[in-house]
Amino acid sequence: MNRVWAFIMGDPLADRAVPPTGILARLTIFVAAAMAFLAIFALVLSLTAGRVASNWADDLAQSATLRLPADLDQTNEALRAAVNVLQTTTGVASARVLEPDEQRALLAPWFGPDMPVEELPIPQLISILPDEDGYDIAGLRARLQAEVPGAVLDDHGAWREPLLDAANRLRLLGWAILAIIGAVMAAMITTAAHASLAANAQVIRVLRLVGARDVYIAGAFVRRFTLRAALGAAIGAVLAIGLLQLLPQVDVTGVTETPFGFHGIEWLWVLAIPAVAAIVAFVATRRAAFRRLREQT
Amino acid sequence: MRAVVIESRRRFGHYSSVSKGKIVIELDNVSYGYGGTPLFSGVSLKLVPGSFHFLTGPSGAGKTTLLRLCYADLRAHAGQVRLFGQDAAHWSRDEVALARRRIGVVHQDCQFLDHLSIAENIALPLTVANRLTEAQNNLAELLSWVSLVPQAGQFPPELSGGERQRAALARAVIMSPDVVIADEPTGNVDWEMSQRLLALLVELNRMGKTILIATHDLAMIRSMKADVNARVLRLKGGQLMQAGAEL
Repeated sequence: MNRVWAFIMGDPLADRAVPPTGILARLTIFVAAAMAFLAIFALVLSLTAGRVASNWADDLAQSATLRLPADLDQTNEALRAAVNVLQTTTGVASARVLEPDEQRALLAPWFGPDMPVEELPIPQLISILPDEDGYDIAGLRARLQAEVPGAVLDDHGAWREPLLDAANRLRLLGWAILAIIGAVMAAMITTAAHASLAANAQVIRVLRLVGARDVYIAGAFVRRFTLRAALGAAIGAVLAIGLLQLLPQVDVTGVTETPFGFHGIEWLWVLAIPAVAAIVAFVATRRAAFRRLREQT
Repeated sequence: MRAVVIESRRRFGHYSSVSKGKIVIELDNVSYGYGGTPLFSGVSLKLVPGSFHFLTGPSGAGKTTLLRLCYADLRAHAGQVRLFGQDAAHWSRDEVALARRRIGVVHQDCQFLDHLSIAENIALPLTVANRLTEAQNNLAELLSWVSLVPQAGQFPPELSGGERQRAALARAVIMSPDVVIADEPTGNVDWEMSQRLLALLVELNRMGKTILIATHDLAMIRSMKADVNARVLRLKGGQLMQAGAEL
């Protein structure tokens, strides 16, 4: 920690050994700011996708729906039989018959709010919630087939899996974008560091002539680029967060409440962006500096 | 001025870690060339502590190359270069840097960091060696020694050729090196200034420093013969030899 602090504080005289280069300084700050700006949105994409996947997995894995045939003459009898089966099944915490209003609400997006569901041959739905131990789906399905012919037990697996898969892929895409952003930033800073080292070839010659070790010469460049990258990344992150706050907050899943953005401990990622940018710049500049010094021997 | 010289003696003359009689720089059968063409071969040279050498020879004879071998700026193609008793052939860059702190170098085209003041440039060897407290103590005295007190805050491009040479000399000796190597130190200055610079080098030699000066100016060497017991070496035709009767 002391070394990190000493690095941040620096040695004013050592820093002055290398003249400030205006265009490269501005370029480094701009690149770091742009990359941090993009990184924030890639992070939001990845984190939101992760939350969506997690919420879907949690919410939908815990529930199932029993659908009874749309035969008005037999529904009541089938309903009683189904409820009886569910109430006597180990692992089922609750089995709730959906009220007509709830069914109407489910159909409203397609048929409007005034549809007389009571008079239509639509299936009766029963929402099933398992207890902590859960129930044996195959066993329940077998009992229902025997006692309530035509009833369909839907554990949501048919559409949950592709959605989860898509959400997970979106999350991976976000991390891949972050990795690319990091690589591009490292490449840009390496290029800028090489340009700075080349522009200061005479400075390096003089420093070597007076007995400066490579670590001293490289340090002057590394510290400068590291701090510039951290500053630029901080600026980019602040701008991105500001823009994020201006975006309308919507439920992006339509299933569970998962707004776009950072939540709780996820804000640490925002703080980490300048630190990661600084680390990337540190490693990139250090490698570039030592390589250049080796070549300039 | 006398007081300054005495104080300078005290400050810069007592740090030598090279014992008397031990060779500080030794070139043994050294060869070097550029692009496959040998510049010189079989060159041998021994600099003992406190000695004063002039290196002469026509332009292109390899004087600068020979000096660069002496401060490990180049590596010999053949033969052995020993600095302070150690073979420099396989030194790392850090080892070379540490050796440079014991060898003060003055070039004809003195290179400085133009964005730093003259005082900061002179103190640079101590800065890079993290010996800043010595810089504070010695800097004012050195500036006085080379008569650059009024120019201390100026930047290198603002100085005349002679002032730059004196600043380079001050920078070369601020670490109290064992050896001072000067490559055509009087090449860009008038006669009076060259005499003044050489007087400073002679003063350093009297403090016990080993001095090696490359120059093609034989008149300057003749003018110094009365002041210092110097050996004059001549590099010509790829061979290093003792200078003859022309001096």
